[in-house]
Amino acid sequence: MATSTQPVTPQLWLRQQCRWHPLEIVFWLSTLLPFFLFPNYLSLASQIAITAMFALSLDLILGYAGVVSLGHAAFFGIGAYGAGLFSIHVWGEPFTGLLFGGLIAGIAGYITSFIVARFRHLTLIMITLGIGLMAHEIANKAHSLTGGSDGLQGVKIQPLFGVFKFDLYGYVAYSYSLAALFIAFLAVRRIVNSPFGLALRGIRENWTRMPAIGADRPAHIRKAYTIAAVLAGFAGAILTQTTQSAALESISFGRSADVLVMLVLGGAGRLYGGLIGATIFMVARDQFSGIAPQYWYFWIGVLLIVVVMFMPNGILGGLSYIYARWRRK
Amino acid sequence: MLPPVFGVLFDGIAYGMLLFVLSVGLSVTLGLMNFVNLAHCAFAMIGGYVTAILVNSYGWPFLATLPISFLAAGAASVVLERLFYRRLYRSTDLDQVLLTIGLAFISVAVAAYFFTTNQQPIETPSFLRGSIEFLGLNFARYRLFLIVVALIVTILLVLGLEYTRFGAMVRASVDNQRMARGLGIDVDRTFALTFALGCGLAGLGGGLAIDIVGLDPNFAFNFLVFVLIVVSVGGLGSIAGSFFAAMLIGVSDIAGKYYFPEYGAFMIYFVMVAVLMWKPTGLFGKR
Repeated sequence: MATSTQPVTPQLWLRQQCRWHPLEIVFWLSTLLPFFLFPNYLSLASQIAITAMFALSLDLILGYAGVVSLGHAAFFGIGAYGAGLFSIHVWGEPFTGLLFGGLIAGIAGYITSFIVARFRHLTLIMITLGIGLMAHEIANKAHSLTGGSDGLQGVKIQPLFGVFKFDLYGYVAYSYSLAALFIAFLAVRRIVNSPFGLALRGIRENWTRMPAIGADRPAHIRKAYTIAAVLAGFAGAILTQTTQSAALESISFGRSADVLVMLVLGGAGRLYGGLIGATIFMVARDQFSGIAPQYWYFWIGVLLIVVVMFMPNGILGGLSYIYARWRRK
Repeated sequence: MLPPVFGVLFDGIAYGMLLFVLSVGLSVTLGLMNFVNLAHCAFAMIGGYVTAILVNSYGWPFLATLPISFLAAGAASVVLERLFYRRLYRSTDLDQVLLTIGLAFISVAVAAYFFTTNQQPIETPSFLRGSIEFLGLNFARYRLFLIVVALIVTILLVLGLEYTRFGAMVRASVDNQRMARGLGIDVDRTFALTFALGCGLAGLGGGLAIDIVGLDPNFAFNFLVFVLIVVSVGGLGSIAGSFFAAMLIGVSDIAGKYYFPEYGAFMIYFVMVAVLMWKPTGLFGKR
């Protein structure tokens, strides 16, 4: 082939990365299986799709840009409450509510990104934790607006396109959240396989060198952080719309920690890491909490230790390592 | 006659002293090894449960249980340091965060399994109950006791760090780890000992905290936030920094809740973000 003699330019490499692998097509086709195989679990499947979208947004900043965040649920919660309040005070049309949730989460993300882009290491972890806790405290204390710890009451979402109602069975909910997840995935896939995505990876690998070779590091981090906030806001908005409620739990530290666990379990810095991690996490929680709900976190703790000690790149990292060794033989 | 602001100040300082005992160990280990130990309050919880069990089930006097809580938390930390922490000294902060969050999750579930999720009340000795009236204000005796204990701990720590050989080794390792290694100091061993000492202090803090804030399995997370705030506001590896940050956070938390109850815990997060924006390395931090 002529391509072997051609030097691999960055453009060529990016174009290769953009190509769809057969396994990816299989993966996305298999997301349709719940419609046929588990029609009773469609609301769980919808939750998984929403959580996967949230994990995908964290992957963009943590996995690609290397910005560790312990308060990412702030944007999820802002999107969730935004969409809920929109449906109460404006109208219940789902798409505009979704856009509104993403928009205000994006604004919040843009404002806080100026703080986040300046720091790293422990200070960054503390700042993001503080932002997340402040958002939680605001949602808790603004009782008249958010309902505080009782959750937001009176969310009414109109049918999708005026036809498909969000019902108990979850057909519409799963279709809606799956479609949103797929669109978000395409967007993130495009972003990380662009020169901008390469710059983010450069920042992750060497924080001080990127500015030295001319990359505007703070601006790149701000941009990535804002995009991630918008995606997290969308995920939160979809959760509100499909469950027709918004709870304080959606903005809590627990949610920030959970999504971090999922992403790391699946494999951070890989497009499918968050998706696989969220699926395993949510299915396991659904199964385990039926047995002994209060000890669920014991197993999460064990899982975390195992991942950190033995699988530094998560499940997908481990699989690709095994695959690479098998190929070499 | 003193205005009520002194009462708020007194409560805030007592609370700050408690935070100081809980967090000083984390500050030193973070400064020494840059190890982000989010399980620090799990060690405090061990100390708390040791105190609660010894007082309630075995009828020990409260004061006698405090050294035991120190020893128990320190011993637990030695075991965990050998098993897990040691392997991650040079990993990324994300790995350390994940490992220690995992340990904290496990500690919460284990505590819930053995001691139920209920609060563990304890009986403090009669001379620590009630309050002393002075210039028209009531000073709770337990809070006075807390301040005295924390001051003793501070003095011992400062003396130990400034005037002993081990203290000099710790200071050398915090200031320049590579150079300390080059001079033949066994930094890993120094760290393990400091870690045990810091976790022991957290255990002592856990025992002391029961009377003020109660004890249940969520202690490991509820207090983590305060401890991390104190550490990052004070600056890593600085005892003086932790001390002043603990005072600042303690007083602003109590004052915030007293004067602006509708804003609740908002005050301390605000103080933290403001301080870190102004000085990213904390008030007394060097790096």
